[in-house]
Amino acid sequence: MNNVTLLFHKPWIWSFIAVLSAWVATIIFTGGLGGAGLAQAALTFAAFSVIVGIGQMFVITLGPGNIDLSIPATMTLSATLALKFMNTDGALVLPGLLIALGVGLAVGTANFGLIKLLKIPPIIATLSSSFLIQSTAIWSNRGLRIKPPEVLTDFTTSSVLGVPNVALLSFVLAVAAYFILMRSLFGRWVLAIGQNMRAARLAGVPVDGVRFSTYVLCGVLAAVAGFFLASFSGGAALNMGTEYLLTSIAVVVIGGSSVAGGNSNVPGIWGASLFLFLVVSMLNTFGVGAGVRLIMTGLIIIAVITLAGGRKSMK
Amino acid sequence: MPSEKSVIALDGARKHFGAVRALDGVDFHVAPGECIGLVGHNGAGKSTLVNILNGGLSLDEGTIRISGEPVDAYSVSRARQAGVRCVFQELSLCPNLTIVENVRIAHRDLGRSAWRKNAETLIRDQLGKVFPGHTIRTSELVGNLSIAERQMVEIAIAFLEISNPVKLVILDEPTSSLDAVLANKMLAYVRQFVAEGGAVVFISHILDEVLEIADRIFVMKDGKAVVDSTASKFDVASLVQAMGSVVRENERRDTTTNAGEVAIALRNGSLQAHRGEIVGLAGLSGHGQTDALVRLYLENTGDWRSHRNNQVAFVAGDRSVDGVLPLWSILRNMSLTLLPDLTRRFFVDVARERELGKLWRERIAIRTDDMQNDILSLSGGNQQKVLFARALASPAPVVLMDDPMRGVDVGTKQDVYSMLREEAGKGRTFIWYSTEMDEVRQCDRVYVFSEGAIAAEFAGEDVTEENIIRASFKEAAA
Repeated sequence: MNNVTLLFHKPWIWSFIAVLSAWVATIIFTGGLGGAGLAQAALTFAAFSVIVGIGQMFVITLGPGNIDLSIPATMTLSATLALKFMNTDGALVLPGLLIALGVGLAVGTANFGLIKLLKIPPIIATLSSSFLIQSTAIWSNRGLRIKPPEVLTDFTTSSVLGVPNVALLSFVLAVAAYFILMRSLFGRWVLAIGQNMRAARLAGVPVDGVRFSTYVLCGVLAAVAGFFLASFSGGAALNMGTEYLLTSIAVVVIGGSSVAGGNSNVPGIWGASLFLFLVVSMLNTFGVGAGVRLIMTGLIIIAVITLAGGRKSMK
Repeated sequence: MPSEKSVIALDGARKHFGAVRALDGVDFHVAPGECIGLVGHNGAGKSTLVNILNGGLSLDEGTIRISGEPVDAYSVSRARQAGVRCVFQELSLCPNLTIVENVRIAHRDLGRSAWRKNAETLIRDQLGKVFPGHTIRTSELVGNLSIAERQMVEIAIAFLEISNPVKLVILDEPTSSLDAVLANKMLAYVRQFVAEGGAVVFISHILDEVLEIADRIFVMKDGKAVVDSTASKFDVASLVQAMGSVVRENERRDTTTNAGEVAIALRNGSLQAHRGEIVGLAGLSGHGQTDALVRLYLENTGDWRSHRNNQVAFVAGDRSVDGVLPLWSILRNMSLTLLPDLTRRFFVDVARERELGKLWRERIAIRTDDMQNDILSLSGGNQQKVLFARALASPAPVVLMDDPMRGVDVGTKQDVYSMLREEAGKGRTFIWYSTEMDEVRQCDRVYVFSEGAIAAEFAGEDVTEENIIRASFKEAAA
């Protein structure tokens, strides 16, 4: 009993309630058909949002003004360079992955360099760097769809005991992120900076080192997401990352993390990612038109955030 | 009872926060033309009483009467209507607005189109009345003011009378950031205000000041009133006793300055401290002492790696800006500086952290039943103790303190003083900015600041009030 009440005080619980409602509403409408298939699709597509969402969450946790808008471009560039290097050769998967990680590392470093050395606000710094990154991708890609090696396509589209591989991968990453945020020294430092950067600095937190690592972490996660998304969807395309800009921010907020920083949680990212996918497929199943669907999606998201936020302030 | 004439009267006031009885049946009457000194330890219930009086909190039990009339729905706006004003311990001006604009926030009755001009004249006159000879420009952003100047502005705004008369002003630690000169100006103004029929509730941990200004003394302990009688019956010693702590003389340390090893120094060489030394930074408030401490800290710690950040620890004085992490528990706030030492292979050892919290809760008497409670559930003085523990618990051989005793009660101060002496004896170095002469006198060596630079340096027997005051004013007089 007590544990249940405790659970309802968690900020992320609302996104999971929303997930369950959307899923149940959909399979009631279809008369019980396709429940498992729907769950599988949701897990697959949510997996990519979760990976970028975790990176964005760490950045947003750093406090007001911190945000990474270069996620879509990073996804595109890492996928493009890695897939081009592998050239559909299954033996080169590991070096290909390293190239993707290297892109993430470079982007994170460049972003923080702009923020720190040129004193540009993060929103502008990452926006302008994303133009540079996207241009590099265009230059390298030349508008073609670059095919992934077959091994990777097989890995990203198959499942273990009914759970998609990409979902397993992103679950492992989420667990790691949870422990980093909640238990590690680095996580404590990120949370401290997000509450009051000056106070954190005066308490001995190496502020620049932590912020740098966080932007790099975000870049690397975006690169990983791009790498596997391209393998899953049959190749790297220039617009492959576009929808993940807003998604990465939305899953952080819907998941119950504070936009003002200093207070974040990882489970909510999973809840929100599943929810965003399920809302759209629920409305599709109901057969509503595209315009109504967008309006409904917006209204439902507002409802979930209000519900979760209202609970928090009551406490 | 003189309650018919009372500006405001509380009877049988009770207020609980969970299991904590912040107010436990208190009768509190304020008559016109009276200055009441409200004293008590941190967490004795003073802040709660103040918040009841200004309408910020409502009573669980008890009655409120204004000018003899019982009031049912007492609120902040009702309090203002009744002429009750309050200067908060946590400074409450908006830093992104100018002084004039802050006046507008506190006072709605400035007129429509000409409010800016009206506010400008009013606040300039009022500042001149309370702090004659001040140099504050009213068009300045509050964020650019020093903490002392912010406090001056806040006091002036509280006494500002526009359309409805000011009957009661509550001053919660008004002098904690002011130096002696400014504090005396303010006390003189308060005396005049009281003589003209106003009422003042004066809260301070500086007991000399309370005894000097108050007609009546109201001592609180654990949410109850333990003393309510004329001020002339008390001296500092008996007042401390009434609050429930034992008086100890501030014994001077034997000056065992080993002028050998320099523990820390400013890069430009103007300020340095030796191992085991307690170095004081004195002078009028806001003359560059805090800047010097912050510079000293930043020069000697790293932005990128933490490996040498355990060489120096910082105790913030401006709590909300430099110290407290508002979303965290008491424990997490306390452990932040020494966290690298509690970390094994990347992860924080939570069991050891909790143990340490328990140890320091007892050592420094933090008033809470659980260190996992939010830091903001503590009173200001107790938050300050947490910041102390943060620095003292760390292994740092040098501790910098930025006037850290603001709002800390006498008993705790004595405990901290003896802790400092003990730690210094073991070889720790302290650099201590203080606005209180009692504290400065405990230092082995003192730098006196004036106009952002060091004006004089005294050591050993030369650390006297007279020398320090003379050095603080040398610039101003010249």
